[in-house]
Order: sequence, then structure tokens, then C-alpha cells
Amino acid sequence: MTSIADDHQTDSVLAARADARAQAERTSEYMPYRPASSSPVVPEGVDRDALVWAETVAPGGYTHKVIARGTRLRLDDPTGSACAHVVVFNALETNERLNVADTIKIPWQAYLGAGHPLLSGDGRALATITADTSGHHDTFCGTSSDESTTAKYGSAAPEGPSPSGRSRFLLAAAKHGLTGRDLPPSVSFFQGVRVEPDGALTFLGSAGAGTHVELVAELPLIVLIVNVPHPLDPADDYLVGPLTVHAWPGEPTLPGDPQFTATPEVNRAYLNSIDYAEARAL
Amino acid sequence: MSTTTSTTSTTTHTVAGHALRTTVPVGAHYVEGSPLENAGPLASGTVVLDETVAPLAPWSARLLAGQTLTIVDVGGNQSADFLVYNAHDTDERYSVPDTLAWQGNAYLREGSVLRSNLGRPLMTVTGNEIDRQDTIGGACSKESNTLRYGFHTEHQHGCRENFLAEAARHGLGARDLVSNINWFMNVPVEPDGALGIVDGMSAPGKRVAIRAEMDVLVIVSNCPQMNNPCNDFNCTPLRMLVTDPLRETGPDNA
Ligand SMILES: [Zn+2]
Repeated sequence: MTSIADDHQTDSVLAARADARAQAERTSEYMPYRPASSSPVVPEGVDRDALVWAETVAPGGYTHKVIARGTRLRLDDPTGSACAHVVVFNALETNERLNVADTIKIPWQAYLGAGHPLLSGDGRALATITADTSGHHDTFCGTSSDESTTAKYGSAAPEGPSPSGRSRFLLAAAKHGLTGRDLPPSVSFFQGVRVEPDGALTFLGSAGAGTHVELVAELPLIVLIVNVPHPLDPADDYLVGPLTVHAWPGEPTLPGDPQFTATPEVNRAYLNSIDYAEARAL
Repeated sequence: MSTTTSTTSTTTHTVAGHALRTTVPVGAHYVEGSPLENAGPLASGTVVLDETVAPLAPWSARLLAGQTLTIVDVGGNQSADFLVYNAHDTDERYSVPDTLAWQGNAYLREGSVLRSNLGRPLMTVTGNEIDRQDTIGGACSKESNTLRYGFHTEHQHGCRENFLAEAARHGLGARDLVSNINWFMNVPVEPDGALGIVDGMSAPGKRVAIRAEMDVLVIVSNCPQMNNPCNDFNCTPLRMLVTDPLRETGPDNA
């Protein structure tokens, strides 16, 4: 590799400052867009100026943010090779967090899709999937550990070419004062898994390039998103594509929305979330 | 609401050898006279612990590496909700997804390795007398009961209550509860992804044996659910046997 120093003149403070400032004009395939309205891509039907989060997450990267109740969160897989591992917490009481078992047991359905809630262990909907053009998701395998990542790729170091999903979640969690104790099993979007009659987990992979998932925050959330290969990805190499994230303000699922009464179970989950929100004057 | 499932009434229980009258609602309970089968250990070695978990109750114990826990489903189809931690660093704890992804299967059977959130073996299923064991159904709770069965069930006892109460005895709390195993519970996943708790495949005296691969802390809830068949709507005891292939002395029982 050529030396990065070849591109820089930094032999004095003034030169170094000029060199640093000149770099800010550059762009990357993977970056947050600030302000969010400067995003190179805006989801159809969304007002550019309403965006509160716009970012392209690098392969092997992660992102995280605290979002308000009602926020719409859209994840895009432009190349068909992203894998968005997601954990959400109630931002006001982080003891309340995604509970994958309840998320599949209570709706009587293991495969995520539009209308599926992400439930906490406290009987509330933290988020709801409001749109899904992929249908290839997973609630069984979580994310990769250092142990499994090292076995598969030879390294799981955060600074290396094949970071584990858990190591990424740990860094994202740490930035909100959370630790490994706080990381529950995650769900993943864009790389599907199906359960065979004998229980075998079959890797379905991607639905192709250009799919997206949209969620709505039913409570204020800490969102952690990690973009690493799915644990069952059969490829020998660590090949994951970029992941695009957009968010904009909206309303949680409220009475009058058909989703509010889509099933009796989800209806009571929304009633519980609203009960919590109203008592806290959210 | 058009009907209520209970009205305040007084019942009499035998508590510590005395008759106690109480207005606490009668929830899930043991049906007197149900057949019980107290089978022995499903592993060789010296029995260093032999305890019975009463219906509805929590339980915990520490096992040393190499020791095996046999759980006896004494009354049949009694879900034993189960969590396991590295005894020396409880930040390392059972992980459903690591366990499932590593073995490539959604059910637990003989040979299944119970992996931690670090991907490491905590325990191994060394014996199993039912077709498959569940680890995707999670634990019941007062809170989730409101979603599953309605707000009228919120006052009922649940496994999450048991887990929290027992975890607190070890300095653990809500942050430490993760998705669990349900020994003797049956949660099929159908081709379209539909899943749910259905009638069990166990019977009185059926057993599972799990060998500790490191020193572990095990926390169990003898499931008090009264709204689904995870315990056949009849709460029966669990017998917990720890065998040690090497030692004569007992474990550091919690
Ligand atoms: Zn239970």
C-alpha cells in the first residue's frame, strides 16, 4: 500500500491546519450526512427537510441514536448484501429492551414482516415494522460473537477486517452507558433464515438489491444498528454491503390506525405503550 | 368486559404445617392426586444434591465444571424455565441465538451445546428423554400475559417474577435476564413461521441431563403459567439432581 503521508503537507501548524480543514470537503461512500437533509438519497414520499437521521453505515460498521417516540426509521439495503442487526431500548429506562422471544411468541409468528411489533420484556411495543419489501429477516441467530467470528474468519478484532457483531454492539452500547450485561439477543434484517420441520435453520440470504424496512418508534428509543455478515452466511469471506439509515418524525401507532387493532395481542401491546407514555407525559 | 374469571374469595392452605386462610387469588396450582414419578439421575457419579422445586417456585444452584444436572419432570409436561451464567463472571450468560446459530437448529436435543453470549460452551445436553426441547418460547411474565391473555391476567404470578426474585439473591437484576430455555415445553415452528406453545411431549418421570462445561450458576422457574399448556394447566414439582463423577462432597448450593 502507498503511504497516506504522500497526500498531505503537514510540516508546520499552519500547513497541518490547512491540510485538516481541506479534508472536510471530501466524501465517503460510508458517512453520516449532517444536516440529515443533505442526504444524497431521500426515501420516496419523505420531506428532505424533515429528516433527523441520514447515514450510510460501512460494511462491518455500526451506528446508534436516541430517537423520539413516533420517529419513523427506514433501513435500506442498496446492494442486497447488507445485514442490519438491531437492538432497541426504552431510552428512558434501559432495563426495558428488545425481547426476541416475546417478539415472536406473542404474535404467534417467527418471521418478521410489516405489522410485526418489536416487543420488550415488559409487555410493551417498543417499535413496529410499518413497511417491508424484503421479507428476508431473522429472529433466531442473533449476531456473531468473537468466538464464532474468529472460528470462521480468523479474526474478530474491532480494528481488523472482520469485526464481530457483538464487539460492534458493545461499542455502540458503551456510548449510552450500557455494557455487555445490557445486550439481549438481536434481530437482523435483509438476510433471512427459515426453520425446517426438524428444526434445522436454513440460510435464505437476501431478497436482492434495493429492499427496505421501515419501523416506527412506539416509545423513545435507543437504537443500536450493526452491519456485519449474518452468522449463517455461508461465504468464506467477510462480504457485507453498505446499509443506509434514514429517520424522520411521525406518530406512534394510535387508535384509528388499522395497525392499532391488527391483532388482539398487538392491540394490548399498544395500549400498554400508550399507558406508559401518558403517565410520563410523553 | 363481559365476564370476570374470579371474585374475591377466601381459601385455606396448609402453610408451614398450619391452616392459613387467605384472600390471595388462587392461581395456577397443583391438582391433588396427579401422578408423580420421581426418577433418579440421568448421569453417572455421586449424587451431591437432590432437591425438589415446589410448583410455582424459583430455584438456583451453582454447579462445578464436570457436574451434571438432571431435571426430572416429575408430573409431566411441567416447563422448567432455565437460565445459566458463568459462575465467576455473570456478564457471560446463556445466549439463545449463539446456541441456535452454532448448532444450526432451532431445537435442543442430546448433544446440544448451551453457548454463552461470548459463543463459549456453558453446558452440554448429555441426556434427553423427550423428542426436542424448547429455547425459543421465552419466559412468561405478568406483563406479557396482558398481551397474550388480557389485562385480567396481570396479577398472576409468572416466570419473570421468579427469575427476578431468584436472580436478586445472586446480585443480578432485570439487566441480567435474557431469553431462556424451557425444558419439557413444546414450541413447534410451522412452515409459514407460525409458532406457539402447544401440548407437551413429556410425561411423568421424563428427564433431561445437562453437564456443566465451566462453573455455572443455574436459575430455574417452575413455571406458574395458568393460561397455556406449558405445564398442562397443572403445576407439578421438578426434581433437581446434581451428580459429580469425581467428588464426594456437595456443591456450593445456592
Ligand atoms: Zn412461565
